[in-house]
Amino acid sequence: MSFFSLISTVIVGVLFFIIYFGFSNFILDLVCKFKSNSVALENSVRAIIFIAPAFLVLFMFILYPVFETVRLSFYDKFGREFVGWNNYLWALNDPNFRRSILNNLGWLLIVPTLSTFFGLVIANLTDKIWWGTIAKSIIFMPMAISFVGAGVIWKFIYDYRGTGDQQIGLLNAIVVSLGMEPQAWLTISIWNNLFLMAIMIWIQTGLALVIFSAALRGIPNETLEAARIDGASEFRIFWSIIIPFLERTILVIWTIITILVLKVFDIIYAMTNGEWQTEVLANLMYDWMFRGGGDSGRGSVLAFCIMIGVIPILVWNLYRHRQEQKNEI
Amino acid sequence: MKFKLNLSSIFSQLLLLFFVILWITPTFGLLISSFRDKDQLAISGWWTSLIYTEVSEIHRTKGKNEQSKENEVYFIRGNLFKEDKGKKILSFGVTSKNINAYMVGEKAVLKDKSEIVVFENGDYEWRSENEFKKKKGRRIFITAKSPPSFTLDNYKEVLFEAGLGQAFLNTIAVALPATLIPLIICSFFAYSLTWMNFFGRDILLATIIASLVVPLQMSLIPILTIYNDLGALFNIEAKSFPGIWMAHTGFGLASTTFLLWNFMKSLPNEMLEAAKVDGASHYDTFVRIVIPLSIPAFASIFILQFLWVWNDLLVGLVFLDKHPSEIILTAKLKELLGSYGENWEILTTGAFISMTVPLFIFFSLQRFFIRGLVAGSVKG
Repeated sequence: MSFFSLISTVIVGVLFFIIYFGFSNFILDLVCKFKSNSVALENSVRAIIFIAPAFLVLFMFILYPVFETVRLSFYDKFGREFVGWNNYLWALNDPNFRRSILNNLGWLLIVPTLSTFFGLVIANLTDKIWWGTIAKSIIFMPMAISFVGAGVIWKFIYDYRGTGDQQIGLLNAIVVSLGMEPQAWLTISIWNNLFLMAIMIWIQTGLALVIFSAALRGIPNETLEAARIDGASEFRIFWSIIIPFLERTILVIWTIITILVLKVFDIIYAMTNGEWQTEVLANLMYDWMFRGGGDSGRGSVLAFCIMIGVIPILVWNLYRHRQEQKNEI
Repeated sequence: MKFKLNLSSIFSQLLLLFFVILWITPTFGLLISSFRDKDQLAISGWWTSLIYTEVSEIHRTKGKNEQSKENEVYFIRGNLFKEDKGKKILSFGVTSKNINAYMVGEKAVLKDKSEIVVFENGDYEWRSENEFKKKKGRRIFITAKSPPSFTLDNYKEVLFEAGLGQAFLNTIAVALPATLIPLIICSFFAYSLTWMNFFGRDILLATIIASLVVPLQMSLIPILTIYNDLGALFNIEAKSFPGIWMAHTGFGLASTTFLLWNFMKSLPNEMLEAAKVDGASHYDTFVRIVIPLSIPAFASIFILQFLWVWNDLLVGLVFLDKHPSEIILTAKLKELLGSYGENWEILTTGAFISMTVPLFIFFSLQRFFIRGLVAGSVKG
């Protein structure tokens, strides 16, 4: 498509929605001018105009698909015939699926923990140092980069050349300069998962860092001063004052990163495509969506497994929301 | 700010410096590599390009046509380098068996008694008592120190030949509407959730909160089926730009609405009540009062959603075709990663091009970006 047709498509697409809202409200105003007797009717029509597009999108892209995916997980690969628990039984016996579950568990355990940990440590360091803001920007920067871009960056670091050749990957260059053998890092099974996780940690630490930094500013200075006067060491202050104060923030960051990790796809797809035992649920699902014309039953089972992972967080969020609503009233 | 010079402060600074170096090095290496000569990139680490490196090259002198005669002695003079890149020759040789036989400035005596001298800057002088007969010149092996040299060639190649330029435009065509459309419809939605009373409002709000964490994988198969059916029904392409805009709108709807709702409920109630008393309709109130007040929130959400869409790979893979007129940057980059596996000049440059827009937004609008994230970004 040429440059101008691209631009015009974009403008038409956006204008469509602006015109919808402007025009329908204009019509409603016009009608109400002549029949100004019913405010209640006007308000409910207005509410429908305001809500309809968002609700339709919500229904079509989230609500309906969630139930449809659950339904499809009990149907065959074309979604036509009911097959009971067959797709789930297939999953339980599939070595790739088991590998994915194990790997996803590993990701869930390691990535949120280390990202949160590094974020917390670095937030505390930057808080006290005059060039902390610059340091924060630098560590936060990977957040702006796509997972695929980050994949290229790190694939370059893990690059492997045979023994004796000049290594152009940073990691192997370091290893060789220390007198060890260079390794093809991404193909060493089990350990290669850690090298992939490093990428995610590299990205998500920035998120943890900025949220912690914002939260740290909320700690009352008097409390810290009082502790210092009482002779508490910095380490003690960190454990006994800062950590308990940030408890809630830690939990929030943990859940955000956990949700992200459950869906991790791009990194695996770009770096190894699940080979050498690095398969994860999201990549396996993508694979089944298109392999041999696609298998919607198996794909749906895999999607549902990811969903099961977020359900506890979903329930907890709803519970918290209800508490907040109650407090406001 | 107070500058305390004590042990613990020095330790903190060193530790932070360590983290900063650890975090910046990967990106820095990519950036440097994308500007390097591709032949050098393939054989030496990017860190060597920052200092002088030793290179071995083969050059050829001029042939008999260029010879000159002075006092019964024949000379061929010239410079080994075609262009001056600041290389400094350390040593040279005349046979492939011994490429470092002579130091620079030393006289090399050949079998036919002729003598060659090569100088540091590449100038050479080939002297002989007899006339030169060979049309082709002689091969000279040199070992030289090469200064850091950078080039834009990789960018030219990637943008115009590898097709990344078109992918860049495609990504803009996906990302702008996929950011603006949710912003428009969600702002109306959030307004009605905050300021309008209607049946089922609380349930709708709870649905939004639940949808925040629903993984988009749950939606892929059913939506793809709908798109394929619609495409078959109306005989149009199932994968299209409007299709992916709406998909991104759907996946960004919950978080956009939630963030806007969170912001709008903090707006002063009195102002809206006053507008109501003056007889303003909800539409007027929204356009004249709420929108101007929400600009900072819009900015944060715009950046979050834009970066999310720009960096997305999965949605782009599922809902767009892979032919050049539709493929987005991330998908293109992944394709290059598969087909150009070892061509690092293409990969590093491509990756950096895909990062330009996010990094620009990041550095210019960092405040809004962080504000949006801190406001509680949870995305499904």
